[in-house]
Amino acid sequence: MLTLGCVAPGLLLAAWLGAQGGPHAMLRWGGDAEGGAPFVEADPADASRVRGFDVEVAETIARGLGREARFIQVQWSSIDQSVERGDFAIGLSGMEDTPTRRARHAVTVPYFEFREILAVRPEDRDRFGSLRDLRGRRVATLGATVAYDILVAARDSLGLVPVSYDDDVHPYSDLVAGRVDAVLLDHIIAHRAQRRTGGFVVQPEPVAVGRYVGVLARADSALRDSVNVVLRTAMRDGTLERILRRWNVWDERQGALFGRVLGAGGAERAGGTGVGAGAGAGRGPLTVGAYLPSLGRAAVITAAVSALSMAVAVVVGLFVAAGRVYGSAPARALMTVYVEVVRGTPVLLQLFVLYYGLSSVVRLPAFLAAVLGLGLNYAAYEAEVYRGALQAVSRTQLEAARTLGFSEAQILRLVRAPQALRYALAPMTNDFVALLKDSSLVSVLTVVELTKQTAIYATNVGSWIVPGMLCAVVYLAMSLPLARLARLLERRWSAA
Amino acid sequence: MTELLAVQDLRLTYDAREVLRALTVEVRRGEVVALMGLSGAGKTSALRAVAALQRFDGGRIVVDGFALEPGPVPPESRLKPLRRRVGLVFQGLALFEHLTALENVTLALTHVLGRRRAEAEDAALRLLTSLHVGGRAGALPRHLSGGEAQRVAIARALAPDPALLLMDEPTAALDPARRGSLGQTLRRLASDGRGLLIATHDAEFARAHADRVAILADGVVVEAGAAAEVLDRPGHAATRALFEGGDGSGG
Repeated sequence: MLTLGCVAPGLLLAAWLGAQGGPHAMLRWGGDAEGGAPFVEADPADASRVRGFDVEVAETIARGLGREARFIQVQWSSIDQSVERGDFAIGLSGMEDTPTRRARHAVTVPYFEFREILAVRPEDRDRFGSLRDLRGRRVATLGATVAYDILVAARDSLGLVPVSYDDDVHPYSDLVAGRVDAVLLDHIIAHRAQRRTGGFVVQPEPVAVGRYVGVLARADSALRDSVNVVLRTAMRDGTLERILRRWNVWDERQGALFGRVLGAGGAERAGGTGVGAGAGAGRGPLTVGAYLPSLGRAAVITAAVSALSMAVAVVVGLFVAAGRVYGSAPARALMTVYVEVVRGTPVLLQLFVLYYGLSSVVRLPAFLAAVLGLGLNYAAYEAEVYRGALQAVSRTQLEAARTLGFSEAQILRLVRAPQALRYALAPMTNDFVALLKDSSLVSVLTVVELTKQTAIYATNVGSWIVPGMLCAVVYLAMSLPLARLARLLERRWSAA
Repeated sequence: MTELLAVQDLRLTYDAREVLRALTVEVRRGEVVALMGLSGAGKTSALRAVAALQRFDGGRIVVDGFALEPGPVPPESRLKPLRRRVGLVFQGLALFEHLTALENVTLALTHVLGRRRAEAEDAALRLLTSLHVGGRAGALPRHLSGGEAQRVAIARALAPDPALLLMDEPTAALDPARRGSLGQTLRRLASDGRGLLIATHDAEFARAHADRVAILADGVVVEAGAAAEVLDRPGHAATRALFEGGDGSGG
């Protein structure tokens, strides 16, 4: 009895420890398989698994810690936020070693050294050798990267135009298509793009040098220290070199990096070779004050895209509505098809098709594509507003006008349109408010408007709170007066 | 012929339903004629055909020498002479809601007849004043009473100075006191040399203010003649039904 009484709690304790050990025995690591090879990609043999050198680094770390690696898919630009939220223990996906990251998170020793290299079209090989040669030119990169920071710094010092993308494929296709004049990105990405699409050359001289690290939550510094021990062991015993060689990314720079990491011990974290000396990195996180000018610029872009898109929507919408009300049967059918197709498919799809899909036929500049895409989309909604408004004018008024001898054109101009306008004004204003917010969608076409700029800022400071509130204030400052105008118009014209 | 309006054997089908079979009615200058019948008898369709708002299938309509033939409504460009000759006051009045009473009246003067603005406004104001709504010239239709709105609608129809004025159920929205005053207005318009064709089922009003009546039933005129004679000694069931206010088969 006594024995049993001791054993039972012991078993319970063991079971409890086992249960506790469950999650601990698993090392959840976050990465973005959309980033692709050689970092993290879906395994062609089994799409539910991932492979890549970051995957193998994660597995090495997990093994060293006596755990099993478990991959968590997370959007690349959200890895920092996600690790702090505790979605996973460590982020590994070509995460760059930046001062901001070091300040906000627990960062491992670097395990790979990359070069920021410039890709240009073959005919520009001799013209654009460095950022200095690209004054006034559009230079593309992935948003929220060291390369983007370098380009933003170069905007002020060298006068080039940074263009930020959400993925690392379209910068290169747009380079080949002539929409941008150069791309600045990690050499791994550049070489992969060269193999995949080609059509450009990379300049031998790197613009800057950076390193990949693992990112852990700030509070997880103890785990980070354990990971560092594992990484150093893997550097020493050749495990890491084998992984990098297997993925064809090994070069002599990595040996030198390993030597520094192993030689410097803990010191490597604090000093070492910073990213691109003098190229803008090494700055601390942005303060609100420093951010305000770019917020202002982005707000102007948002206002301009919205106003111009609305102008397109009104003109095309009037045309379509006139076709549906006054047109012949084929014209009516055509306009109906337009309205239904545009309203029945996502505006995001339409923007992609317009910008990327048609780029072999017509190469629209990003801003123009944004205005046209949103404008043509909203035109379908405006057309329905105008059609409804035209039909809301009573038929007997139109007949009364006919008996007085007015021509059809006069009836439209003098009787129908003025009254339809009153019916349409309030819905139009509401649509404009909706358009203002939908304009954030055009960031997929590399137009940095308010929401995109806010996302960049949020990634930079590692928090959405202040950027989110600032962004909301700016949107409200634009939309609230419009909403008020809509209510005013509604009251004024509905007073029957 | 001295007829201002001659409608002969007018046949009109609507969605395969024969609304008018062979309507014959005439209006002379200086005369108020009431086209009478129960709801659905085809009175409104007849007025709309005369105003070239509605196709008809047989017969003939001649307004002061301008003939309309069976078939679809001709294009507006060919209807200009008719538009100058015929004015129509809709049952719902159909005033232009975004324009003031005065603008409702001047619009055709300036844009169809090409009068200068000041001249058109003078004429419109005189017209409104003669109809006792001169004081409401600046009001929007939604701020007018039913009687005021009707007078503005009459003024608008009269602005191009048509010889023939058509009115659809003018007493429908008026209280009895105002019916008398409307009747006097119609008499005055007739005495100016116009012809008036009034579609109504209001026997009392027709008895008091019309010169002649034509009773419409089953798509034809079943009884016609001087208002007093026909209405005081109705010879047809359809005529008697008008007094009963019942909904006997009107057509």
